[in-house]
Amino acid sequence: MKKTLFDKIWDAHVVETIPNGPNVLYIDKHLIHEVTSPQAFNELKERDIPVFRPDQIVATADHNTPTIDQHLPVKELLSRNQLRELSRNCEENNITLYGLGHPYNGIVHVIAPELGITQPGMTIVCGDSHTSTHGAFGTIAFGIGTSQVAQVFASQCLLLEKPKKLRINLNGKLKKGVLPKDVILYIISKLGTNSGTGYFCEYAGNVFEEMSMEGRMTVCNMSIEMGARGGLIAPDETTFEYIKGRKFAPKETEFKKMKAYWKTLNTDTDAVFDKEYSLEAEDIEPMITYGTNPGMGIKLTGKIPVNLGKSDLKSLEYMDFKEGESLINKTINYIFIGSCTNSRIEDFRIVAAYIKGKKKAENVNALIVPGSQQVAAQLRDEGLVQVFEEAGFTLRQPGCSACLAMNDDKIPEGEYCVSTSNRNFEGRQGQGSRTILASPLTAAATAIAGKITDFTKHLN
Amino acid sequence: MEKFITLKDTAIPLVIENIDTDQIIPARFLKSTDKEGFGENLFRDWRFDKNGNPNEEFSLNDKKYTGSILVAGDNFGCGSSREHAAWALKAFGFKVIVSSYFADIFKGNALNNGLLPVQVSKEFLDSLFQSILENPKSELSIDLGNQKIEIPGKNLSEKFEIDPYKKTCMINGYDDIDFLISRKKAIKNFEEKQLEFLKEHSEENFV
Repeated sequence: MKKTLFDKIWDAHVVETIPNGPNVLYIDKHLIHEVTSPQAFNELKERDIPVFRPDQIVATADHNTPTIDQHLPVKELLSRNQLRELSRNCEENNITLYGLGHPYNGIVHVIAPELGITQPGMTIVCGDSHTSTHGAFGTIAFGIGTSQVAQVFASQCLLLEKPKKLRINLNGKLKKGVLPKDVILYIISKLGTNSGTGYFCEYAGNVFEEMSMEGRMTVCNMSIEMGARGGLIAPDETTFEYIKGRKFAPKETEFKKMKAYWKTLNTDTDAVFDKEYSLEAEDIEPMITYGTNPGMGIKLTGKIPVNLGKSDLKSLEYMDFKEGESLINKTINYIFIGSCTNSRIEDFRIVAAYIKGKKKAENVNALIVPGSQQVAAQLRDEGLVQVFEEAGFTLRQPGCSACLAMNDDKIPEGEYCVSTSNRNFEGRQGQGSRTILASPLTAAATAIAGKITDFTKHLN
Repeated sequence: MEKFITLKDTAIPLVIENIDTDQIIPARFLKSTDKEGFGENLFRDWRFDKNGNPNEEFSLNDKKYTGSILVAGDNFGCGSSREHAAWALKAFGFKVIVSSYFADIFKGNALNNGLLPVQVSKEFLDSLFQSILENPKSELSIDLGNQKIEIPGKNLSEKFEIDPYKKTCMINGYDDIDFLISRKKAIKNFEEKQLEFLKEHSEENFV
């Protein structure tokens, strides 16, 4: 039978199938962080169950960590306690932890790829819905709840129904100024926030084939925002080149052998999907969101739709926007460039190229938060730190930061933030904050103009 | 895990679509290392204003609505994978959530905590909202064995779907860990086979 990329990986990980029930699915890598793991460790302890495969678990501290003075003890008591608990649990169970200050520390979905932990054909889980990011490498990667974190600790497996399969084909040539973030915001705005529920989504077509790994990660990262448990892209030379030479990647002959296997990971011609969409690259423009879910997106120069339903109107009320309104020239006082969606080196290179020689508008607080210590080091090595400083942007230390505002990086009540993160939910960036999702380029242009602006007119 | 068989109770309506888990339990309350105490912060920013005063208009604060069933708009539980959302709903006293659509991760988290997600048609959801808004004392009954949800006073009912394995778990109060541990031998066999598989597939295609 013809198989999709998803089938090939899934089927290779089924330990057994329960009659009339779910599959026992084997998990190759389990990533953990401080917020969704403590209750799982407690559960194992209470039931006297050992961690089955500690070597297949990697931990980092990212969600609640401060982005200043990381060398000092964390001031906030509850966060400090949660971080201490993570250290203790990792130590007791022989789990590798890249804690605060470690040269490999950073956002879980940034560090695993850059360390070569994420490899094609794997199954990867984490107690975080943006685990879908790793699908960029041709992996089955998805977010799980804490009960499932405990299950993977105990057995390295999960009980799961095999999801349905969805494919999104995107072909053509992207317009100038359109970034991978715009591509995924466009897809979600077209298909809706629950179009992917129950599905795993494969992204196919020349647009994804020509995309960098960073771009593919941005796209796969937001698969969950259309409800899909995960998204994936067939691995190719771009993937193999990215992995080659990374810390935990296979070396030399072993790499060549694995590459031979990875090359078999693609969808057979004529394989059948449960649902399929085809979109045109030429239709995509830089995107922004106007509401409180990521599906409420329009092109930067577009107008908010009219005749919205009750729930969407409630959203507009929260955002203090009106039906039919254009967001061009809207004053913006905050921009955030960071999060597991857009905090990789490529994102910052694009920002730096745009702002070099310019200054941020006086009204704007521009926050730059790299995804990892390694990205932070790259910013220093490539001289980008200086570019940000000269433009008046504030550069912080790595972490999830203002994406979910668990630390002190919060957007004040009532303020708009043009943000490269993944969710514009009510209060996501701080109580009463209003998030407008956009690409790093749109965020950078907003910071320079002090308002939402059609920057595409000024692109070379 | 607590067993679930049948329930007859009044319900609280939440006529909002796409309720995300950030609303159910905001991120700033995720700093606990145990499962206790999340109920008081359920829907925190909808239930209370910034000074901590209850928002009387919000249905969970409206005294005319009571009960252990939450009836909510389409696509409930989207967004973050935080299981704290299921813990918060449970701690607040909910045993069943009814909606016309549930996000995948939330649905799994609810089932793993003995909180039953009941997915109904959009039409039936509208009837439920109508019935509760008209008469907040009207009861709903949920029969997991027969997979049936009913508005007894209106003689309206609908069947709902649930994975047979998960149904057995809910009815008996089982969780997945015990089952998975009982499969250790098969899992270890799989690990050995996986090594062979990778060796074979990489060498076979290696030129």
